[in-house]
Amino acid sequence: MADNRADTRVSMRTPLARVKGLGASGHGVEHWWIHRMTAVSNIPLIIAFVIIVAALAGSSYGEAIAIISHPLVAIILLLAVLSVANHMRLGMQIIIEDYVHDKGLKIAALIANNFYAVIIGVACLYAILKVSLGRILL
Amino acid sequence: MAEAKVAPRPLSPHLQIYRWSWTMAMSVAHRITGTALYGGIALFAIWLVALASGPNAFETVHWFFGSPLGLLILFVYTWILMHHMLGGVRHLVWDFGYGMEAVQRINMARFTLIGSVALTLAIWVVAFIAF
Repeated sequence: MADNRADTRVSMRTPLARVKGLGASGHGVEHWWIHRMTAVSNIPLIIAFVIIVAALAGSSYGEAIAIISHPLVAIILLLAVLSVANHMRLGMQIIIEDYVHDKGLKIAALIANNFYAVIIGVACLYAILKVSLGRILL
Repeated sequence: MAEAKVAPRPLSPHLQIYRWSWTMAMSVAHRITGTALYGGIALFAIWLVALASGPNAFETVHWFFGSPLGLLILFVYTWILMHHMLGGVRHLVWDFGYGMEAVQRINMARFTLIGSVALTLAIWVVAFIAF
């Protein structure tokens, strides 16, 4: 982007604001960056997730317990839940901020978005840990 | 003091004014698939919680996913997941500053659709053969 200012030394920004680099929003590029970082981590985790779910298809209760409680499967699923829950929370926040213009409704939607992501995340993490912790495959 | 007049400024045209293009369609699809995955992950959470709750709850949920409706949902979910994943890869390529030319953009958008359908079919064929 071209810098059209006549004199680039003239700036309304304080030196502290420039050093912090957080911009007008006050939280810089953190939202964008974590969204991209979880996008990258989602790729291998989702590929593994699809394979795990395919392996679960048609399995009995005992077989499903055995698959989920395998340490490698459990660790991959825990990582996938953390990565996906964060990614979807950030993504939905963008959609809400783009399309919900009524202030009260927007705040309510943003709160609900956070609640939903945390509930999904905690439910999945709890279930994976409950199924797999302390169960050693013999 | 005179009443402040609102100048009749031109409004930015909205979606319906544009001819649909591949990149536009895939951009819209990326948000829709993202929203669908957002809701759809609840199905996985329900399956996991049922597994952790015991055999009875598990049988009910497992029966549903094995039913024609359940399988259809899982099939569509697979496609949505693959579409959003390839769409995301496209965005990551753009983030690095590549693929901005018109031909590249359209080809990447087409690849998102074709690739997601191909991946979905491949996953289901492999899943049926292997498991």
